[in-house]
Amino acid sequence: MKMTYREALREGLQTAIETDPRVYLMGEDVGAYGGTYAVTKGFLEKYGPEKIIDAPLSEVGFTGIGVGAAIGGLRPIVEIMTVNFSLLALDQIVNGASILRHMSGGQLSVPLVIRMTTGGGRQLAAQHSNSFEGWFAHIPGIKILTPSTVEDARSCLHFALLDPDPVLIFEHALLLNSSEEVADRPTRDSLFKAAVRKEGSSLTLITYGGMLPRCLEAAHEFDGTGEKIEVIDLRCLRPLDNEAIFNSVRKTHRVLMVDEGWRSGSLSAEISARIMESCFYELDAPVQRLCRKEVPIPYARHLEIAAIPQKQDIFNRIQEILS
Amino acid sequence: MTNPDHLRLLHNMLRIRRMEELCAELYTQEKIRGFLHLYIGEEAVVTGVMSLLRPQDNVMATYREHGHALLKGVSAKLIMAEMFGKVEGCSKGRGGSMHLISAANRFFGGSAIVAAGIPQATGLAFAAQRLNEDRQTVCFFGEGATAEGAFHETMNMAALWKIPILFCCENNLYAMGTALSRSQSQQEMAKKAESYNMAALAVDGMNIFDVIEKTQAALEFIKREQKPYFLEFKTYRFRPHSMFDPELYRNKEEVQKWKERCPIDFLRKHLISRDGLSEDVLKKLDKEVEQEMQDAISFAENGTLEPVENLEKNIYENDL
Repeated sequence: MKMTYREALREGLQTAIETDPRVYLMGEDVGAYGGTYAVTKGFLEKYGPEKIIDAPLSEVGFTGIGVGAAIGGLRPIVEIMTVNFSLLALDQIVNGASILRHMSGGQLSVPLVIRMTTGGGRQLAAQHSNSFEGWFAHIPGIKILTPSTVEDARSCLHFALLDPDPVLIFEHALLLNSSEEVADRPTRDSLFKAAVRKEGSSLTLITYGGMLPRCLEAAHEFDGTGEKIEVIDLRCLRPLDNEAIFNSVRKTHRVLMVDEGWRSGSLSAEISARIMESCFYELDAPVQRLCRKEVPIPYARHLEIAAIPQKQDIFNRIQEILS
Repeated sequence: MTNPDHLRLLHNMLRIRRMEELCAELYTQEKIRGFLHLYIGEEAVVTGVMSLLRPQDNVMATYREHGHALLKGVSAKLIMAEMFGKVEGCSKGRGGSMHLISAANRFFGGSAIVAAGIPQATGLAFAAQRLNEDRQTVCFFGEGATAEGAFHETMNMAALWKIPILFCCENNLYAMGTALSRSQSQQEMAKKAESYNMAALAVDGMNIFDVIEKTQAALEFIKREQKPYFLEFKTYRFRPHSMFDPELYRNKEEVQKWKERCPIDFLRKHLISRDGLSEDVLKKLDKEVEQEMQDAISFAENGTLEPVENLEKNIYENDL
């Protein structure tokens, strides 16, 4: 059957709410409005205000309540409307959820799930187009999932809720309407491991989340040219699946990272460094990176397109590396 | 015949006072390091509130929480070992003075981000309510926290969603070195809570009987009405903010004036004049306290340092 990324997220949430009485969803406009991106449309009517809680515009407050509720035995799913507003909740995530297990000498567990929409590409300008998942991956104590396919969107919450530690899920806004043919039941392939989305031998494209479809398109343009591009979808930005990355590098000897975040001090820089540290002698060319331009995302369509890696940019860069 | 409840209160206040005095000494001896915030002067607040709580009740406090941990049942030994950075400490030496945590005692710290514990404690109360658990939740914070956004956001949600929690604002008049009168337009803390339609009351935090009377009423209200309650305890810290504080922001006369209202002297005098407490009993009490604290120090001294190989443990439940 055909399913969209949005429907997949809905299915994941419904399964969680229906199977675990400890689960509740709290966030801005998750109830009466039906979710900013219509992911939870009809949920309030179906599950009631005990399970679907419309929160006031108080990100640090309701995220903190989520931290406490998780310690207290519930399984909260906190929805932050977009990654941009997660900065208002940063203290509870970074000084709270992520450290409490360690700071308590292992006594406290914070099984909190935080979902948020991420990414640019919809002319929403600088305050609604950020891509901070790479930042969050800097922090020990939390796990970062970036579902890029419909199948992954179906299962991300399942794995996040099974985890005894805080898990942040970044859902890319541009993927919501994408659709895929899926089986009746989710495959439940763990998102904590990277996936090879396309096999190849000439070059490894490493990416995640919203950049995956355009990476695959660019990679497929080389089909029939004799160059075979491998595409690795990280799926989980912390912990990183080093082995999947290194295995691919050992096969292709060339790497291009495509990361929607800014380049300086980025996730792509981290991965590049890890490849250098562990696979330096496997490389036939320097590791290359294609990232968001170091500007706040502008409103004008042509400028936004120029700021975020596009299929053609990826294609051109692959060609440069291969030539 | 001395009222045994009153005697227990005095005993607990003396335990906190003596522990704090020894902490200051141990700090100058460099046995305790990092930041150290002493609760001396404010003992009536925590002693009164804690006397009404049960082991299963949740408590969250600030970085000035040695007394809170002690009266929630964390032993002086485990507290002292924690401050010595020993693995026997209640937080296995990962927290120190500001982060005393004991899940077994349902004492959740020990948070040093001002106001961050307020939503977290509210979440604990929310969970207990949802899970129909027989426990009450109490959250301590200073008046400085009421300037933070997290405070206002949480007051609103706790009142709106009728979350049964007791908010205990320990108003010692200074947010570190900034006087309340210089930093907040509304200086009556209870009024802030009232503006969120929350029941609230001001309490004389130097008078343990006032603390107990109003806290008891608040806890009963919370249980009966399933709503939050806010108490402002007017109190004062006799010592500097931390061991690094030269106290440039307040004068000796003001400190002296408050010291004359010492909550321990107040209770002691009350016990002598009303309960006929004898010098012998007082001496015995002091001796008991001294013994407990000296035992705690020996325990901490003889504690072990966690092997460095364990450093990266407890980041996640299952090591990666």
